[in-house]
Amino acid sequence: MLKIKNLHASIDDKKILKGINLEVNAGEVHAIMGPNGSGKSTLASVIAGKEEFEIKKGSISMEGEDLEELAPEERAHKGIFLSFQYPVEIPGVSVTNFIKTAINESRKARGMEDMPANEMLKLIREKSQMLDIDRKFLSRSLNEGFSGGEKKRNEIFQMAVMEPKLAILDETDSGLDIDALRIVADGVNKLRSKDKAIIVITHYQRLLEYIVPDYVHVLHDGKIVKSGTKELALELEEKGYDWLKQEAAV
Amino acid sequence: MDLKDKLLSSFLAFENNMDLEHPVHEERSEAIKNFEEKGFPSKKEEAWKYTSLNNLQKVDFSIFPKQENSLEYKDIKKYFLHEIDTYKIVFVDGVYSSYLSETTHDGVDVCLMSSAFSKPMFRPVIDVYFNKAASKEESLTTLNTAFCREGAYIYIPKNKMPKKPIQILHLATGNEAALMLQPRNLIVAEQNAEVQIIERHQSLTDNEVFTNSVTEIFAGKDAIVDYYKVQNDNNNASLVDNTYISQKDSSVVRVHTFSFGGKLTRNNLNFYQDGERIDSILKGVTILGEKQHVDHHTLVHHAQPNCESHQDYKGIFGERSTGVFNGKIIVDKIAQKTDAFQQNNNILISDKATINSKPQLEIFADDVKCSHGCTIGQLDEEALFYLRSRGIPKKEATALLMYAFANNVLASVRIPELKARINKIIANKLGVRVGFEL
Repeated sequence: MLKIKNLHASIDDKKILKGINLEVNAGEVHAIMGPNGSGKSTLASVIAGKEEFEIKKGSISMEGEDLEELAPEERAHKGIFLSFQYPVEIPGVSVTNFIKTAINESRKARGMEDMPANEMLKLIREKSQMLDIDRKFLSRSLNEGFSGGEKKRNEIFQMAVMEPKLAILDETDSGLDIDALRIVADGVNKLRSKDKAIIVITHYQRLLEYIVPDYVHVLHDGKIVKSGTKELALELEEKGYDWLKQEAAV
Repeated sequence: MDLKDKLLSSFLAFENNMDLEHPVHEERSEAIKNFEEKGFPSKKEEAWKYTSLNNLQKVDFSIFPKQENSLEYKDIKKYFLHEIDTYKIVFVDGVYSSYLSETTHDGVDVCLMSSAFSKPMFRPVIDVYFNKAASKEESLTTLNTAFCREGAYIYIPKNKMPKKPIQILHLATGNEAALMLQPRNLIVAEQNAEVQIIERHQSLTDNEVFTNSVTEIFAGKDAIVDYYKVQNDNNNASLVDNTYISQKDSSVVRVHTFSFGGKLTRNNLNFYQDGERIDSILKGVTILGEKQHVDHHTLVHHAQPNCESHQDYKGIFGERSTGVFNGKIIVDKIAQKTDAFQQNNNILISDKATINSKPQLEIFADDVKCSHGCTIGQLDEEALFYLRSRGIPKKEATALLMYAFANNVLASVRIPELKARINKIIANKLGVRVGFEL
């Protein structure tokens, strides 16, 4: 589904990604771990199409189509979803209206009519119940005054409603207490299916107890320095990242 | 002949048609002397540094327009807030149109200045209020006073509230190649009265129009006045709006100014707090493009203790548009425990757009809370990326962010249909379809 080949990306001429190779197939869950500053969030932003980053070398493709020239909204229309580490506050636009706009703009891009109001209502109700989201929450301004946990839960709620083919969760576990983490993980697991893929970016192994990955990759200094299965995450938890840094230096 | 000379010589002709015995005429005579002495304000004056009236003074404006028109309601319906029932005071080229208006004397007076000037029954109100809040020094205000004859007259007696909101609409038909209008409005809400007013100036063609308007608003003890100015005029229409508000104890006056169009717009909004526990609210949303120019000059004069004022102006400037915000707050020595707040936030969406923002605080009391803030920036790129990553295209995402930016101001509009209308104007202005209202 997603193919990243020898990807080099920079911001303001500062090299952040230095040759990433990654292939994610439908039905798979990949975890990307690594210390702070290793390039995890940059990788997520580059896949989603953030324009500040410049691709210097290599390629990203989704279902065989090169993504480089596509705007962020076009990537979203193709089924890419990024759950933000720091969701942005948009005062005056309610969660419900935001979701309606997002869904209908995506439908418009695919040549479809607006979703009928009753269908929309049903969808929003169903997914908000799944994530234990209060109805009052839906009429609040998007992310404005939300706690860290509420913001993250709202991201996963949006993901559940939009049903992307490829979901990238950027540090979704940070700021979540254990109960919220379980609810969020349940929501993510419900999205798992043989035609969808998930990339989980995290600093800690904790989230991976709930969203069990098929593959684990360790990112260091803009490169994937080690790949393995879920046991690798446990090893990292135990030993930290230093041994990998040393290994990479050798 | 430049415009000043033309106005001065026209005054003599104007005077011949007026009742020279009426006390208002004394005010006119005084006013024309002041204007003759001062003339139009120039950019040399600090208050007019960023707004030039030079080009307007070169235009050969008609001062007394032909009084003929065949406007039908359907032609101008879209300029009304027609979704709700309202009283309407409509002027066509400065002349009252009874055909397009809906006035009342049922418990409250919603009618005309010309009637108020001429009929004895209105004399007591005219004697007490007329020209008592307006400046006798500011040249354009005195120019208006000199030529005052027509405008909206609204009188709400003690404990009364009109059954519905009131719309004041000033139309320019384009019958004249260039037309100067000088409407004069008087609004009095006595003790514990309440009123909602929507005002709009609209030119129907691309012919040049210059409006020099003066509105006096008096809010008695515990009175509540909501005044909405909708400014979305054609590109050859210029407006200088001078509004003077005088408030008594515990009254609340809210003025919202929505500036989306016109060639040159200058809003002089002056509040005088003549009592305690008063609340004055000044809010504005300005969205400009092309070469449009809007200048907001606000003055809140805290003359008594324990009062509040809240100013919140948001501006979005594109293309070669220019904006000015000059917010002056005066706190007299006696006005202890004043709580004055002022905020002006601006977004520049083009390299060629300009905003000049200047807070001006003159505080003579020592136990007050005064705060002001001003920001000038671009659209938040991170927020834009967030919206786009959810499938919302750049143009629509930009519009959503602008809505969000202007939201604080829109949230306090108390007529839902007006809010919906403003939303629609903003969406049109930004060229987007937004599938919901805020």
